[in-house]
Amino acid sequence: MNNVLAISGIVIKELYRRKDFYVLFVLTALITLVLGSVSFFNDAKIVRYLKEICLLLIWVASLVIAISTAARQIPAERENRTIFPLLAKPVTRGQFILGKFLGCWLACGVALVVFYLFFGVVSESRGRSDSSTTGLTSSAATEGHAASAKADDHEGAAGGDEHHDDHAGTEHFSVLLNYVQALGLHWLMLGVVTAIVLLGSVVFSAPSSNITISFIGIIGILLLGEHLNKVALRQQQPVQGILYTTYFLLPHLEWFDIRDRVIYDQPPIAFVDCGLAALYAIAYTGLLLFVTWFVFRRKTLTL
Amino acid sequence: MTRAAPHLVLALLLAVCFTLATTIQPRTRAWSDRAKSGNVLKMLLGDGRRMFANHFFEQADISFHSGYYPSIFDQREPAGKSAMASGKDEHDAHDEAAHAKAMAFLGQPRDWIEAFGRHFRITEHTHLAHGQEREILPWLRLSAELDPQRIDTYTVAAYWLREKLGKVKEAEEFLREGQRNNPNSYEILFELGRLYRESLQNNVRARHVWEFALRKWNEQDSGGAKPDPFQREQIAVNLARVEEEAGRFARAIELLELGKQTSPNPAALQKQIDEIRQKSAPPSSAPNAPAY
Repeated sequence: MNNVLAISGIVIKELYRRKDFYVLFVLTALITLVLGSVSFFNDAKIVRYLKEICLLLIWVASLVIAISTAARQIPAERENRTIFPLLAKPVTRGQFILGKFLGCWLACGVALVVFYLFFGVVSESRGRSDSSTTGLTSSAATEGHAASAKADDHEGAAGGDEHHDDHAGTEHFSVLLNYVQALGLHWLMLGVVTAIVLLGSVVFSAPSSNITISFIGIIGILLLGEHLNKVALRQQQPVQGILYTTYFLLPHLEWFDIRDRVIYDQPPIAFVDCGLAALYAIAYTGLLLFVTWFVFRRKTLTL
Repeated sequence: MTRAAPHLVLALLLAVCFTLATTIQPRTRAWSDRAKSGNVLKMLLGDGRRMFANHFFEQADISFHSGYYPSIFDQREPAGKSAMASGKDEHDAHDEAAHAKAMAFLGQPRDWIEAFGRHFRITEHTHLAHGQEREILPWLRLSAELDPQRIDTYTVAAYWLREKLGKVKEAEEFLREGQRNNPNSYEILFELGRLYRESLQNNVRARHVWEFALRKWNEQDSGGAKPDPFQREQIAVNLARVEEEAGRFARAIELLELGKQTSPNPAALQKQIDEIRQKSAPPSSAPNAPAY
C-alpha cells in the first residue's frame, strides 16, 4: 500500500506543478464572474443561468484535467525511462497502475473541491429564491402550499416564525447536501473516466490519440448513453440487439451528472440511490483497472 | 542587369501595400457590417448566430419547466406552442390538459438502467411561479441578441416581465427594441398595445398602437405574406373593446365583424355585437300607458 501511496503522491504533486488546473480555474472564474456582472432587465435576483454556466464550465474543466492527467502518466514514464527503476524497486505492475489511478483520482478530487467551493460562493452570493416558496406550480406543489398555509394558520404568529426559521434551516441544509452530492457523484464519475483513460494509455500508442478517443467516447456516453435504449428500440434486428447490448455494457456516466438538480433547487437524492451509484462506479473502476493491469502486465516497456 | 537596391525594393513594396490598402479597405466595408456592429455576438458569430437563437429560446422553456423537458429522443406529443410561449395567450383548461399530456413524455421505464437513472433526473412536470419566472429572462435576452428578427422572443419576454414580475418599463423598452428590429411586426405592436391597456391603463395609446398593428397586418395580407389570422382576431377584438368603452359603437361593431371572420368562436362575438347594438340603439319611447 505504501508503494501505491508513494506513486499517487507524485501524481498529485505533478498536478499542482503543472499549469493546467490554474489556467482552467482562472478561465472558469473569469467567465462566471463576467457573466455574473451582466444585468438582465435590472433584476439582480436572477441566478440560475449563472449556476448553469458555471457548472458546465466545471464539468468541462474537470474532464480536461482528468483525461489529460491520466493519459500522460504511463507514456511519460516509458518515454523518460523512469518506469524501469520504478518497477525495479520492487513495485509490481499492479501497484504501479493502482498508484497512478489513485494519484489522478485524488488530484481530480482536490481540483473539484476548489471548483465547487467557488461555485458555492458564487451561487450563494447571488442569493436564492424566497425560502417560503418553492417557486413551482404543479398539482402536488399547490396542495403542499395549501397544506402548509393551513398549518401556519393553526400555529399562530410566534409558532409561524419558528416554523419559518426551521423551514429556512432545512432548505439551507438541503442546498448544502445537494452540493455535496453533486461533488461526490462527480468525483466518482471521474474515477471511472480516469480508469478508462488509463486503459487507453496502455492500448493506444500515443497520448494524443488516447486523449482524443477518450474525450469523444466520454462525451458520447454523457450525451447519448441514457438514450441508447430508445434509439435501439426503433431499429431492426440485429442493430437493435447490438445497440441494446452496448447500452447495458456502457458505464452510465450520465447518472452522476446531477447538475439540473442543483440548478433547479431540487430536493437531495436518497442516500440509498447515491450508495448504489457509488457501488456501480466502484465496480466499473475496478473492472477497468483490472483490464488495464491485465494488458499492462504482458506489455513490453521499451518503446 | 543591375540589381535594384534592397531598400528601394522595400519602399516599392510598402507603396504597393499602402495603395492596395487604401483602395480595398473602403470596399471591404460594404462586404459585411459585422465589424461595425456594436454587438459582440454579431461580430464574433456573424449571421451564424441565428442558429443558436432557437436553442436559447428553448433553454428558456427548459428553465420554465425547471429542467423537466423532453430530449430529441423522447416521444413528445405535438403541442404547438410551449407553455412559456402560450402563457401570454388567453388559454383555457383544455390547453392546460393538452400541455400536460404533451409533457408526459417519460412513460414507464424500459429497463432497470432507465428506472434507476430516473432517481438522478427531474421527473416532475412543474412551471416556475411566484416571481421565479425571472429565471427565463437571461435566455430570452440572449436569444434576442442572437436573432433580433425572432419576434416570439420579444412578446414572450415582455409578457412575463409585465404580467408576473411587474417590470412594465423594462417590458416596454424590450418591445420597443423589438419594434426597431422588426418595424413591420403586428405581433409586437399587439403586445405593446396590451401593455398600454392592461398595465398602464392608457387606452388612447393602446388604441393607436392596435390601429397601427391592424394596418400592418392588412399590409402584409395584401402583400401576400399570409399573416396569422388569429392575431388579427385578437387585435380586432381588443381594439373593439377600447372603442366600445370610448362610446364609438359603430367602429366597435365593425371591428368585431372583422374578428368574427377568423374567430374559432364567432357566436360569442356575434353576441357581443348584438349587445353593443342594443346599447347603441336610441332609447325607444316608453310604451303608452293603457287608457282607462
